[in-house]
Amino acid sequence: MEKKLILAIESSCDETSAAVIENGNKILSNIVASQIKSHMRFGGVVPEIASRHHVEQVTQIIEEAMETAEVDYEDLAAVAVTQGPGLVGALLIGVNAAKALAYAHHLPLIAVNHMAGHIYANQLVEPMKFPLLALVVSGGHTELVYMEEDGSFEIVGETRDDAAGEAYDKVGRVLGLTYPGGKKIDEMAHKGQDVYGFPRAMLKEDNYDFSFSGLKSAFINKVHNAEQKGEQLDPEDLAASFQASVVEVLVTKTVQAAKEHPIKQLLLAGGVAANKGLREALKETMAKELPDVELVIPPLSLCGDNAAMIGAAAFSALDKQEFAALDLNAKPGLLL
Amino acid sequence: MKVLAMDTSNQAMSIAVLENKRVIGEWTTNIKRNHSERLMPAIDALLKEVNESPEQLDRIVVAKGPGSYTGLRIGVTTAKTLAWTLGKELAGVSSLETLAANCVGTRAFIVPLFDARRGNIYTGLYQYDEQGQLQQIEEDTHISAEQWAEYLSRKEGQFVLVGEDVEQYLETFRQYLQERVTAAPSQQHLPRASVLGLLGQEKAAEDVHTFIPDYLKLAEAEENWRKAHPNELEDAYVEKI
Repeated sequence: MEKKLILAIESSCDETSAAVIENGNKILSNIVASQIKSHMRFGGVVPEIASRHHVEQVTQIIEEAMETAEVDYEDLAAVAVTQGPGLVGALLIGVNAAKALAYAHHLPLIAVNHMAGHIYANQLVEPMKFPLLALVVSGGHTELVYMEEDGSFEIVGETRDDAAGEAYDKVGRVLGLTYPGGKKIDEMAHKGQDVYGFPRAMLKEDNYDFSFSGLKSAFINKVHNAEQKGEQLDPEDLAASFQASVVEVLVTKTVQAAKEHPIKQLLLAGGVAANKGLREALKETMAKELPDVELVIPPLSLCGDNAAMIGAAAFSALDKQEFAALDLNAKPGLLL
Repeated sequence: MKVLAMDTSNQAMSIAVLENKRVIGEWTTNIKRNHSERLMPAIDALLKEVNESPEQLDRIVVAKGPGSYTGLRIGVTTAKTLAWTLGKELAGVSSLETLAANCVGTRAFIVPLFDARRGNIYTGLYQYDEQGQLQQIEEDTHISAEQWAEYLSRKEGQFVLVGEDVEQYLETFRQYLQERVTAAPSQQHLPRASVLGLLGQEKAAEDVHTFIPDYLKLAEAEENWRKAHPNELEDAYVEKI
């Protein structure tokens, strides 16, 4: 098979990233510059500051991706970029850089949905086998996506309020952890016990939707009530109890949906896919309940935002010659 | 020297192609529409129209601010990416200087301005010298219109205000400068990439990777954080992971 290389760019939130991907499944380079240290100062991502950092980084990161991959523009088949969803000012940097590159080198331009990117990160690990189901969990999304075939997305379940990652951030703040608190909560959860019995939302309902705002409120109330009474709560037990609720709901609903769809693969995707508790519980439950369905979990390096996944997702568009024009714009609310 | 110049720092979008001092083509619109959608197609169309290709250019010139943050980033990102990837020189010119340069033929002080909301403006002070060279008299700044007018009133001489938002602030300046201030003629209020391209040929080439817009203002969150943490600013807030 002829090698087809895609230069991919991602700038939807607080990471500037560029990657060169071969045939949608092999990483030749994947450079990620994280702004997290900057946004930690504010307890969350500040859109204007994210946009400013992207302009500072964008050409250096693309240069490093090209140099690391040891390729030249003549070797490329296309330039791909995240069009949305994300922060509009941040997306615009990637979109305009990608358009300039495509124009300057007469290359086709491919617009990629960021959420599709997270799902296709798995293609860098294992070939995707359709039909499949993907659980996409991040700071902005919690979705169960059914893919009948390459390029087709059906959202069969989603959060009705907060995304799972958002709940982690808020709970992290209540626990006094530095932003973003997700990783630390995961670590603490492994040392504590689920003793506080937080609610498992929507578990009994006959759908695949999620809700995390009730859990968040229950958590905050627990902590505030204890403070008022002068009681000491164990932070590790709190983390463990919170995480147990999130993981149980995610895993139960996902496995339920997996049983009710004719799937060959179950994929985990998105920033929260880095959560050890979630990875372990999903592995264990799937092995027990659906041993014939292949479970694919991306390595930690491909869970957070990165351009490699955008290059992976762009490959099917290249195959189908679905190209964007030079008037491509960022779409902050882009749907799958 | 073949130059492609672009200005997307405010509502107007202007691009031009020049060969040395000669303007070969220019495209200027002054409508409320998205620069991100329109800039690259406009560059493509203009270069085709004048029979040039991006490879033939020697230098990319961009209006580097101040102006709309998003608009600036669209122009600067496009310009720096083109310059870097094509191996061309990159030069940045103040968006205010570009506007001031429109007022050719006057020896008065030129006060270019853009509305920055809540009574504030982005502005500066320029003047054409005896040789017809545009000189910067005061640094570009973000300031309340009233304060700027008051500050200028301590200088002697005539002032001419230029920019699309002049109408809105003329009264304020009149209060301090009376008949010493006038608005430039209508045809001078729009920034022109042809003018930008001429100015940009005189500027030193920039380091492309580190080139960023001159916002003249910190993001609000950054400003507040720095006030609260005066000695904690670090060099590198972005790290490769």
